[in-house]
Amino acid sequence: MTNAGEKLCPAPDTVISKGEVRKKPETGKAVSIPARRILYDEETEKKVRRRHIRAGRLIVGAVLFGGWELLVRAGLLDSYYWSCPSAILKTTWQQLTTGTLWGDILYTSGATILGFLTGTFFGALLGLSFWWSKSYAGISEPYLIILNALPKLALGPVLVILFGIGFPSKVILAFLMTVITTALYAYSGVKSVDPAMETLMYSLGAKRRQVFAKVVVPWSLPWIISSLRVNIALALAGAIVGEFIASEHGVGRMVIYAGTILDINLVWVGVFVLSILSMVMYGGVVLLEKFLSKHLSNIHS
Amino acid sequence: MNGKGKVEVTDICKTYRKDDMNVTSLSHVYLSVEEGRFVSIIGPSGCGKSTLFNIMAGLLLPTSGEVTADGKSIIGRAGYVGYMLQKDMLLPWRTIEDNIILGLEIRGVPKKEALARALPMMEKYGLKGFEKHHPEELSGGMRQRAALLRTLLYDRDIILLDEPFGALDAQTRLSMQNWLLEIWQDFGKTVLFVTHDIDEAIYLSDDIYVFSARPGSVRARITVPIPRPRTTEDMTSPKFMELKHELIGLLYDKNSGVQQSSREERRMRA
Ligand SMILES: Nc1ncnc2c1ncn2[C@@H]1O[C@H](COP(=O)(O)OP(=O)(O)OP(=O)(O)O)[C@@H](O)[C@H]1O
Ligand SMILES: [Mg+2]
Repeated sequence: MTNAGEKLCPAPDTVISKGEVRKKPETGKAVSIPARRILYDEETEKKVRRRHIRAGRLIVGAVLFGGWELLVRAGLLDSYYWSCPSAILKTTWQQLTTGTLWGDILYTSGATILGFLTGTFFGALLGLSFWWSKSYAGISEPYLIILNALPKLALGPVLVILFGIGFPSKVILAFLMTVITTALYAYSGVKSVDPAMETLMYSLGAKRRQVFAKVVVPWSLPWIISSLRVNIALALAGAIVGEFIASEHGVGRMVIYAGTILDINLVWVGVFVLSILSMVMYGGVVLLEKFLSKHLSNIHS
Repeated sequence: MNGKGKVEVTDICKTYRKDDMNVTSLSHVYLSVEEGRFVSIIGPSGCGKSTLFNIMAGLLLPTSGEVTADGKSIIGRAGYVGYMLQKDMLLPWRTIEDNIILGLEIRGVPKKEALARALPMMEKYGLKGFEKHHPEELSGGMRQRAALLRTLLYDRDIILLDEPFGALDAQTRLSMQNWLLEIWQDFGKTVLFVTHDIDEAIYLSDDIYVFSARPGSVRARITVPIPRPRTTEDMTSPKFMELKHELIGLLYDKNSGVQQSSREERRMRA
């Protein structure tokens, strides 16, 4: 039972602070640096590879979307069910200029981001708080694992009844989706704190709260940061399902509405917009991660 | 000298208990160190030297016995003595300068003031230019120097050093030894020093305690008769050789120590 949390949350692969070699808790082996090839000029090699990757991505995208478009136009795919990229783009443009799509996007992303931030923050606090007492952590751990396994989306209808069909119920669903995962990630960070570092702090006369602030928190930050990418996707799923159940706004509501009036083209627009939204937010999280990692070494007290 | 830093260790015993197994690591240890002295402890691996230091640093409670500094008990009082752990622990997310001022920071010294104290020392002791680097970018010797500076900067009357030069090459080691002597003479601190290197113990110390194998106890206390200041030439003098010979005899004379330890363990397990 004690290391179940660890299994759920593998050690982060992101290595924080310049070139730091951190031991992974499971293997106990240091992250090793691959041997360099000296035959080639590394810089040019890297540049060429990057260009290849970018070109490759473009080609794959063009083939997928072009193929889709062509198959529909050739009549091999039923345009009623499959719509086609050009029609989706056109409807999206219409919805953006004349419809309520902008408002819906704001509504959905607002609920997602709010739920993501509060869920991550309180989850991290919860996970870190387990450092203070082993018995408190021991009592909480099984419940945390059960809560984590619980399909929180199934609680959606209850939440909508409790908190109404407005904005709060979406935020709360997004919050619930992220809070427990983050707590488990933070807790695996806490569990892996090097006891020798704590000993060092005590030998310098540190109080417990100083050990917490100067060792436990910075040590666990990489774990917390590695939960961010998972969390943003979970938060978005929470917000969308909240809108599916009952809502007056949001991209999720638009998709459900389009489904009920059999406007399949509009459903595709919703899917398209949601994918863009999720990519943008994912990119934002990656930037946030970079920012946090860079400023990690500046954290004091 | 400020007349502080006298340490007495009286009848310390320590038995670790683990899964119904008792491991006695220290048995009736007595030390008496006058203020300002440089005292080394040598003994076979596993004889409880680090355990004793952990007890003296207030990080570990002894099974029985007493440790006093200037007459007051320091059992369980972490932070009273400066302690450099056997493992040179630097926090990887902190720069070297931030690692060095950690002890001052914990005591609440403002960062600016702490840095003002640390930077001249870093400059003097070969860490110049590495202030803003992270520990993994430094060599083992530099890391140990940083850990030692952190302990010194913590500024206690009594300093415990657990094999501080263990990972250094012979040349660096010698310069570090001279550096340590210099600091010790400048600051007049009481130093307790664990080492496996007999030459190092003789060269540095006023007194040397030789521990028996586990369970550790004091087998002999020897005062080094070589006057200070000492130079590297002293290391080849007849007096030095004679003392070294005697210490080797005490360390590798296996008769009582090992037998006693196994007998003790059998008794504890029974
Ligand atoms: N936490 C612990 N639990 C159980 N036994 C321990 C613990 N710490 C140390 N011991 C045992 O106590 C004995 C003394 O250990 P200690 O680390 O003090 O030795 P040492 O003299 O410092 O050795 P070395 O010279 O190798 O550093 C060892 O036999 C060790 O196995
Ligand atoms: Mg030791």
